[in-house]
Amino acid sequence: MNHLQLIIKREYLTKVRNKSFIIMTFLSPVIMIGLFTLVGYLSQLNNDKVRVINVLDESGLFVSQFESTDNLKYDRLESLSLEQAKAKTEKSGDYGLLYIPENDNIDELAKSITFYSEDSPSLGTIDDIEDAIRDKANTLKLNASNYDAAKIKSLRVSVDTKLETFKGEETSKLGSGIKLVFGGAAGYLLFMFIIIYGNMIMRSVIEEKTSRIIEVIISSVKPIKLLLGKIIGTSLAGVTQFAAWVVLLGVLSAIVPLVFGVDITAMQEQQMEAVAQASEGGLQSFVAEALLEINKLPIANLIVMFLFFFIGGYLLYASLYAAIGAAVDSETDTQQFMLPLLMPLILAVYVGFFTVIDNPHGTVSQVFSYIPFTSPVVMLMRIPFGVPWWQQLISVVILFATFIGTVWFAAKIYRVGILMYGKKASYKELAKWLKY
Amino acid sequence: MEKLLVAENVSKSFGEFKALNNVSIEVPKGSIFGLLGPNGAGKTTLIRIINQITMPDTGKVFLDGEPLQPNHIQNIGYLPEERGLYKSMKVGEQALYLAQLKGLSKNEAKTKLKYWFDRLEIGDWWDKKIQELSKGMAQKIQFVVTVLHEPKLLIFDEPFSGFDPINANLIKDEILKLRDDGATVIFSTHRMESVEEMCDHIALINKSNKILDGKLLDIKRAYKNNTYEVGLVTQNASAVSAHLKDKFTVSPATFKTINDELQYKIQIPSTVSANDLVSYLTTQGQLTHFVEVIPSANDIFIETVKNN
Repeated sequence: MNHLQLIIKREYLTKVRNKSFIIMTFLSPVIMIGLFTLVGYLSQLNNDKVRVINVLDESGLFVSQFESTDNLKYDRLESLSLEQAKAKTEKSGDYGLLYIPENDNIDELAKSITFYSEDSPSLGTIDDIEDAIRDKANTLKLNASNYDAAKIKSLRVSVDTKLETFKGEETSKLGSGIKLVFGGAAGYLLFMFIIIYGNMIMRSVIEEKTSRIIEVIISSVKPIKLLLGKIIGTSLAGVTQFAAWVVLLGVLSAIVPLVFGVDITAMQEQQMEAVAQASEGGLQSFVAEALLEINKLPIANLIVMFLFFFIGGYLLYASLYAAIGAAVDSETDTQQFMLPLLMPLILAVYVGFFTVIDNPHGTVSQVFSYIPFTSPVVMLMRIPFGVPWWQQLISVVILFATFIGTVWFAAKIYRVGILMYGKKASYKELAKWLKY
Repeated sequence: MEKLLVAENVSKSFGEFKALNNVSIEVPKGSIFGLLGPNGAGKTTLIRIINQITMPDTGKVFLDGEPLQPNHIQNIGYLPEERGLYKSMKVGEQALYLAQLKGLSKNEAKTKLKYWFDRLEIGDWWDKKIQELSKGMAQKIQFVVTVLHEPKLLIFDEPFSGFDPINANLIKDEILKLRDDGATVIFSTHRMESVEEMCDHIALINKSNKILDGKLLDIKRAYKNNTYEVGLVTQNASAVSAHLKDKFTVSPATFKTINDELQYKIQIPSTVSANDLVSYLTTQGQLTHFVEVIPSANDIFIETVKNN
């Protein structure tokens, strides 16, 4: 076995056999699923509880407007004064009291309605109540002015703009959403991967320095080989962990609902249903449409580019993390170097989630998808929206050229830094090391 | 004598700082070569250059007549002063890994490790983690890993630090045995008594320059200055003292004896032989002590560095 293979194997095995690594691999999905289950369980509890709202309608106009649902029950109070009604509601522990005074002027009446409750009521409930009142008040006013409210309602036109590109591809708002999800997931995945495993590489370099084994090792292998072996070995461990997470998450989210009877996907389904209702034709056609949209995505392009940008971007940052590890004596000294490293990464995610969504092919999005420190994240988010191949090519070329530069830079720092003990590295000091 | 390692006019600078200035050394095959010098003199830099960890700015290094090249790493065993092992790795696994990095196959490494572990009676540590071992125990592993691939050239930087006297002795004997089996040893240390005991040749580096080198005995010969310690039981002490002080450079000496006697350190000029001094002294009383003062490695070290 040659040196590089040996180093990769050792790095991989020590990472994978490490107790905290194993624990995190198994615990993270369990915790995640656990949290989802808990939230699902709690919201189920929440939904099971029926809220009672007492309605004291002195005007008598709105009472019929309020329809009780599974979770919300409207109780009508009659022949009570406001004070009595308040006292009764407070004593019974009901959710709240809706008080509608008597007033012939609808506009004034609409402004003088009060909701009494123990604490601030939920915005959703208030919205529902306001909707109901507005509906009725509108009808009343229309009728008062001799308009036929029912007829007006039936005359309303619903608008659904069809989106189509010049090439004749149909797009939809749903499609934009799906592109966003795919691009965002790819970009965010890379971001997380860089931070978690970049740190791991840095720690492993520092460990070699503090345990003083480094000089023994580099009297046998070239530092650049050690550096590469470390990066590759740790990355493989990272991929292993990620894969384990995906599998475990899949298995757990299939098993847990069966065991605990809590449907984690219930919430998502509710949301999906809401979206589905917005588009015409219910859940089934929604799913079909979504699949169609996913089909239309440049999937092959996305996968190929994901690999390129993932590898390039990760190696770019990983080599810098290793350089930082070599420059310092302990993890506490890394702070001053970490900030300039994290800034572009965080910037990339912000640009991705705000600018790219807003305008995937605008100047800002384009510029950031060329800058190598942000391009992996930003470009991955842009690709689902369709990026010309030459732009992708330029971006990849710049990324890999920079990567070679940073590896050269990191190797220089690494070569000198790993043999420097007790010297507090400053940026000035690092600049000197480059010349050694 | 055949040279295993030759360094020719090696210089190395780190920025403004010149760590080595035109240093040349020749290490004869089969010798134990002491590389001495005060802290920060440049020894470690020279050793790192020999190990190809750093490259010299100018100058050349030859191993066995060939200019240093990457595959020479397998012919060198290096025990650095700043040394350690992966703390959370098991002893056997770690030793195998390091041996394989030195070019041994896994099976070779296993056989050799077994031999050395048995020899140093540490066989039952194989499955222990380094962090469970004491410092001295870890040092033993480190020693085994250094010599395991049977290199032609062994470089030890402070090999005895961290060892108790018994283990230090054990390691010393192992080093001597390796030398007898044909290895050449470069030995860097501040413990002058081990230099005295073990080294055939030395080189002294001070402030980036080599200021002295050669066979230890030759150097001692060059540094001795015809000084003798004498003890004399005599009736006419004052007359003898006066006579000696008149003819030679005399300084007081203290050595332990049971007699009440004159004790002097006497330096005689090269024109006078020691025999003349002895015959004079024997006429004056009973000569109880007569020893030539041979400079110790320690004396030579201190004197040369001070004068430099």
